[in-house]
Amino acid sequence: MADPGILGSTLPAADAVRERLSGPHGPRPKRALSGTNIMLYGTLLIVAMYYLLPLYVMLVTSVKGMPEIRLGNVFSPPMEITFQPWVKAWAEACTGINCDGLSRGFWNSVRILIPSVILSIAIASVNGYALSMWKFRGSELFFTILILGAFIPYQVMLYPIVIMLREAGLYGSLTGLVLVHVVFGMPINTLLFRNYFAAIPSELFKAARVDGAGFWGIYFRIVMPMSLPIFVVALIIQVTGIWNDFLFGVTYISSPERYPMTVQLNNIVNSVQGVKEYNVNMAATLLTGLVPLVIYFASGRLFVRGIAAGAVKG
Amino acid sequence: MKVMGKLLAATAMCSGTAAFAVDLEVSHWWTSGGEAAAVAKFAEALNERTEHNWVDGAIAGGGDTARPIMVSRIIGGDPMHAFQFNHGRQAEELIEAGLLLDLTDVAEAEGWFDIVNPPSLLEACTVDGRVYCAPVNIHSWQWMWLSDDAFEQAGIEVPSDWDGLVASAPALREAGIVPLAVGGQSWQQSGAFGVMAIALAGEEAWLAINRDKDVDVAGGEAYARVFEAFGNARDLAAGLNVSDWNQATNAVITGQAAAQIMGDWAQGEFAVAGQVAGEDYHCLPGLGVTGILDTGGDAFYFPVQDDPEVEAAQKELAALLLSPEVQVSFNSAKGSLPIRGDVDLGTVNDCTQKGLELLAAGQTLPSGNALLTPDTNQQVNDLMTEFWSDPSMTAAEAQERYVEIIANAD
Amino acid sequence: MALVQNGARAESAATRAKPPIRLFRNLMPKIASIPMIFTALVVFVGGTIWTIVYSFTSSGLLPRLDWAGLQQYERLWETRRWIVSIQNLAIYGICSLVLTLLLGFVLAALLDRKIRFEDAFRTIFLYPFALSFIVTGLIWQWILNPEFGIQGIVRGLGWESFNFDPLYNADIVMYGLLIAGLWQGTGLIMCIMLAGLRGIDEDIWKATRIDGIPTWKTYVFVIIPMMRPVFVTSVVLIASGIVKLYDLVVAMTAGGPGIASEVPAKYVMNNMFGGQNMGQGFAASTMMLLSVVIILVPWAYLEFGGRKRG
Repeated sequence: MADPGILGSTLPAADAVRERLSGPHGPRPKRALSGTNIMLYGTLLIVAMYYLLPLYVMLVTSVKGMPEIRLGNVFSPPMEITFQPWVKAWAEACTGINCDGLSRGFWNSVRILIPSVILSIAIASVNGYALSMWKFRGSELFFTILILGAFIPYQVMLYPIVIMLREAGLYGSLTGLVLVHVVFGMPINTLLFRNYFAAIPSELFKAARVDGAGFWGIYFRIVMPMSLPIFVVALIIQVTGIWNDFLFGVTYISSPERYPMTVQLNNIVNSVQGVKEYNVNMAATLLTGLVPLVIYFASGRLFVRGIAAGAVKG
Repeated sequence: MKVMGKLLAATAMCSGTAAFAVDLEVSHWWTSGGEAAAVAKFAEALNERTEHNWVDGAIAGGGDTARPIMVSRIIGGDPMHAFQFNHGRQAEELIEAGLLLDLTDVAEAEGWFDIVNPPSLLEACTVDGRVYCAPVNIHSWQWMWLSDDAFEQAGIEVPSDWDGLVASAPALREAGIVPLAVGGQSWQQSGAFGVMAIALAGEEAWLAINRDKDVDVAGGEAYARVFEAFGNARDLAAGLNVSDWNQATNAVITGQAAAQIMGDWAQGEFAVAGQVAGEDYHCLPGLGVTGILDTGGDAFYFPVQDDPEVEAAQKELAALLLSPEVQVSFNSAKGSLPIRGDVDLGTVNDCTQKGLELLAAGQTLPSGNALLTPDTNQQVNDLMTEFWSDPSMTAAEAQERYVEIIANAD
Repeated sequence: MALVQNGARAESAATRAKPPIRLFRNLMPKIASIPMIFTALVVFVGGTIWTIVYSFTSSGLLPRLDWAGLQQYERLWETRRWIVSIQNLAIYGICSLVLTLLLGFVLAALLDRKIRFEDAFRTIFLYPFALSFIVTGLIWQWILNPEFGIQGIVRGLGWESFNFDPLYNADIVMYGLLIAGLWQGTGLIMCIMLAGLRGIDEDIWKATRIDGIPTWKTYVFVIIPMMRPVFVTSVVLIASGIVKLYDLVVAMTAGGPGIASEVPAKYVMNNMFGGQNMGQGFAASTMMLLSVVIILVPWAYLEFGGRKRG
């Protein structure tokens, strides 16, 4: 029943645009090893040190024993390397009576992460698409309110949302939590998508309309295939935000068995009384950060190309 | 054991239902090593001695982190079965709103009114003659910890009271030692002020202000001396830059600093560092001036549930928390003092022994939490930390603002 | 992929099958925007109104409708800590906004010079974004500690009079927080800027080279104006982070020394949950929102409302 011929005509155009938006650009001026280059790399190295210093302290601390940490020199390399803190952070640290470390909440976090990321990106991208190509009366007003929402501290919204979820019968459920993530991820991601889609040449859009393509047709056949990079950008922002969320996960999930991993992280690093095991804290933080870090590494190139077109030409 | 079983059975009978296995979800913020070991004693007792199961809901970060979560659960209509709060006025509103389970029948059946010592602990749980919480331990702020090593380095005797420490300050400074370690967080400074107030102005003045909100006493001579001394302490503490309380304790352990005013939980740090009370460090309850303990601590509250079987299980748990064996095993692990005078912790160190003696002698005060609202405590914290870190603020100014806070206190 | 395409075809075919009435064509985007409209109106506007209503009550631990008039606001503006919080946020906000944009742009421009190891540098600048605030706060607290941090090391090297204790000096503590805040936040902005630079047409660079315009002039007068939307996105991201600044302060200074590094969001949180005075917390957050609205609405109107899509 679908006729591929109709939209097929627009596809080469889409390819050309995709090429233009995200493809590699021509070579930059190459200079020989010069004073400028030395300054360039020198500056980058110095700045990189500022960024790496905390990582160094964390790594070094995470492989020291507690007696060594008590000596107080945070920069000194470990005298004796021990991986016990890492083992403890992952598998042994107690939160209350359950002594199985971060591993306990890992799969819960994954279970929260996947639907939240998919749904929030799907909705934000459709928002951005509607806002950039299908403006309607009031659409800019709703968008402005949405952007204002980005400025409300989450904690202030805590109880109103509890009440809304309760009235909807979703309080305490995974669905409720996913919706909360969708809501709070919406402002920034909608902004990102809106700017990106606005860069898609309007001729392309008009051609598709002439061919009779509708709202969803243009979205799935033209906009989405052209915009994979921006989806990666949103993916990175959402994965980081949702993976690191503690407050929503613990407030809107009402059963300790389903708490996300950040609850364990918080319990390991944030004990008020009692002895603080700094080495385990560092190991736990680095372990928790691994998932977003893997996403950064894996999608670094796409990330950069992704924002390119939309942000610039919007 | 058998007696215990009978008691539990009796409790179950009281609430009029047979015991069914219930999963009891318990929220608390005990997550550090020693604390987790202690809470495991509760869980063990519940799992072994009753049919019910302990479902652990640990959330670290103390009241500020845990409280919104607990309140959200209650507002959301899906509360946990029991949760930990500090004794005192923090749960007042929940009780007034009828959200917490009335434990009076358990208290009567178990004879809490006779066994809980000091009685002020149970009073803190009581609203309009009904009991709403089960106190489980006593933590006291009234301690000063002294490093023997530091005084040795300075070539002087370990002082036996606050004035002694003040007098030894020059010698300590000479040896490059900071006389007093105080962390940078407001609760530590405010806590130290409380300890000094009780020690230097006496318990009557302290009660007049904190319980009766007596503005004249707050602005009076005795408190002026407390503020002077607190300003003095500010000078004694200059030169040590630490934030966390345990970093400050660590400075005392290593002899960098001579003394710290901190609650009895600091003892855990000394123990971990392998130090022995009376040999490596000394402790002075009430700064060595007024031998008295404030009796803060933790209590469990039980949100109202629809299910009578769950309610019966909650009551069983409440009774269990105060039972002698559980009190001993829990408090030994946690390093706190039991809430009943009729149990024996076994061998304890010098400092804990001192604490137990003061308890037995009835030298106790209710904690500040039990007398002031959290709102007032917050304001006092803000004032104390401002005074502490701003040397240009005089004791008289601070006292003036303190009087204002007390005048507006509820 | 195949599934999506089939679905899309079915969808487009279905759409195509209907007569292209104007009303209907405009209905779909509206239906698709329902989640956005719902979020904007019910969650954000509804939640805000709820907050404002309860700021006129004496709610403590639980939200209750005990009217207290303007009492919470009077107390708020009489509280020194609140005033200090606002001043601090102004200092931090201006510095953070300017420096994050500057640093983000400069780093991006440096990386854009076709350098080697670009991936490595970019990852180094971005990784702090992935780590929890609690522990990064602790780390910076250590590094900036005068005894065993940077000051201690420099002094150990022989420079005895070296003084660097931002976290323990009330006058400069906000800058100490800034050091950690920039560390955490500039990476993302740098990536966005870098992406923006990558999108600039190569012809523009060629043209300016032919005209002999110096590189820095090209950046300032040609490239940056072209990147306006990138800066808009960045400013929204940075500014919303500044207003919500809370975790970092708690982790690094807990508002200290004294009240020297208190910020409004922390005032809200401490009153709502620590002091159990929800009304006071809501009054403070209402004032925060009001100032955001005053700054943002005219700007948002110009940015989003005033322009027509070209």
